[in-house]
Amino acid sequence: MNLIFDGSLDKLAFRAVFGENMEALAAADSNVVYLDADMMSSIDTRNFWKRNPQQAINCGIAEANMMGVAAGLSAGGKKPYVHTFGPFASRRVYDQVVLSIAYAGLSVRIFGTDPGVAAAFNGGTHMPFEDLALYRAIPRATVIEISDSTMLKNIMWQIKEREGLTYVRMTRKNYHGIYGEGNDFKIGKGLVLREGGDAAVIACGMMVSEAMLAAEILAGEGIHIKVIDMFTIKPLDVDLVREAAKTGLIVTAENHNIVGGLGEAVATALIEANAAPGFRRIGMRESFGEVGPVDYLQEKFGLNAENIAKTIREAL
Amino acid sequence: MDIRELEIFAARIRLETTKMIGIRGFGHLSGSLSVADVLAVLYGGFMRIRPEEPGWPGRDKLVLSKGHAGPALYSALAMRGFFPMDWLATLNQPGTRLPSHCDRLLTPGVDMTTGSLGQGASAAAGLALAQKMDNLDSRTFLILGDGECNEGQVWEAALFANQYKLSNLIAFVDYNKKQLDGTTAEVMDMGDISAKFASFGWHTQNIDGGCVKSILAALNAVSADAPSCIVLNTIKGAKVPTVEKIEYNHHIVVEGDLLAAAIAECELELQKLEVRG
Ligand SMILES: Cc1ncc(C[n+]2csc(CCOP(=O)(O)OP(=O)(O)O)c2C)c(N)n1
Repeated sequence: MNLIFDGSLDKLAFRAVFGENMEALAAADSNVVYLDADMMSSIDTRNFWKRNPQQAINCGIAEANMMGVAAGLSAGGKKPYVHTFGPFASRRVYDQVVLSIAYAGLSVRIFGTDPGVAAAFNGGTHMPFEDLALYRAIPRATVIEISDSTMLKNIMWQIKEREGLTYVRMTRKNYHGIYGEGNDFKIGKGLVLREGGDAAVIACGMMVSEAMLAAEILAGEGIHIKVIDMFTIKPLDVDLVREAAKTGLIVTAENHNIVGGLGEAVATALIEANAAPGFRRIGMRESFGEVGPVDYLQEKFGLNAENIAKTIREAL
Repeated sequence: MDIRELEIFAARIRLETTKMIGIRGFGHLSGSLSVADVLAVLYGGFMRIRPEEPGWPGRDKLVLSKGHAGPALYSALAMRGFFPMDWLATLNQPGTRLPSHCDRLLTPGVDMTTGSLGQGASAAAGLALAQKMDNLDSRTFLILGDGECNEGQVWEAALFANQYKLSNLIAFVDYNKKQLDGTTAEVMDMGDISAKFASFGWHTQNIDGGCVKSILAALNAVSADAPSCIVLNTIKGAKVPTVEKIEYNHHIVVEGDLLAAAIAECELELQKLEVRG
């Protein structure tokens, strides 16, 4: 593994990586089609659309139709990549995704941006805290949450030939840099970013770097934790979860509702494997999002390194 | 309010909206400016409301379905006394009661939560139906974006409103000819919006949406038997030239020179109107 985490921000904004690679994918494969619902300017693909309107298609503000069109394009032999904000890429279009894409056995790659508190100033209406739950519930769907820009680029190319429905959850900005160029990502395999025997944090997306920061805080107190980037929420890396259980305490951390997301997936895997250790979940509890800066929201909802550290201290 | 007072009210909405977004430094300024005139007419006397009793059951209701124009509505509500003017500076700040998109639980005078485009159309139909069921003579007003009309849900609501003869439902379409990625023509061409609503059984009018007199006249000319749609010909960024002339002005940075110029333009407009009196 090529780990570069040092607490500094990711050098690239995810939107820039998405825009550049979406256009490169289309150039590399004439069957790649990128669809968006009047959100191209938000994800740096507007120029791609103007340059190549055959492969970059603006569907207007009509997300349900867009998912149906993507299904049809897949049935017609194309490789659709679809983007809009997370709530509109999940809640708003769920039946079209379930039936026209997944149940019909078609292959579509859906990118939902600004997960949870990342929607910041757009406020509660724009914060999907249930998209992982919705997509996990779809048979044979692949569900991924991106934690760093190197991973994003790698995954975008890797899923081009992937069969079935793939949902990719990601911010448009950046978190902390984690992976160096050339790092290998295997869908379905979590990555151990830090070793430690006192507890393990299994995290995804924004919470991965928060967990790394928490590990640093705790190390100063003599507590050594393992940190896992579980970027594939489904199919879950159950072997790695069982391995992590050997520390005696697992804390899951997600920028998502505790219902139906990573934490529940991990808990279920542990109980079914008769391997349940001490267990805590960090995520949204019975609340909707609200408007405000990301750091304020992280603090308010406990989605930060301090709360991870506190949770571990209290549980040990 | 007479016509001149309505014009002044609209100009004040623009000024307060610009200042409020300027404090945060970015936001959906242009699409807020294009609905200032219609909001001025509605809240300047046309709607039956009681600012001191925002939940008055007999009131007329408004659904700002293009919920990102919230700041313009907040300005109008504050000036009408629904809440103190100093709330406006809290837009999008931690713990605020004025979020970027409208929220009925947070803001006195906001009748429906919006932000996911298209959904306000159906909610407005439900509000209008409830008023009918209770034999109230009050009405529900709906403000849609032209890009928002891409959503199939808008047209499902349009069918519903005609089926149940919701003559107490009055929809405005803010036809500013732009959506997020560009013009409506290049993204998803809506064609003739009023002809579309007419074919769904609605009474329709096409007017200058920047003219309070025309808006008032259109409101007085709606049908008594069918839901009504008033298409407002507007400009995204209306009456603030600095904002109007930005080509892609959906969500913009509003600070420094741009903010100063925009505020100066709003103030000039206001002065002209006040002097004219
Ligand atoms: C269902 C849904 N899809 C996408 C968005 C993101 N979005 C917010 S405003 C906007 C453009 C709206 O265009 P229009 O309705 O014409 O509004 P205006 O130009 O008047 O601001 C988009 C795509 C959203 N809020 N809801």
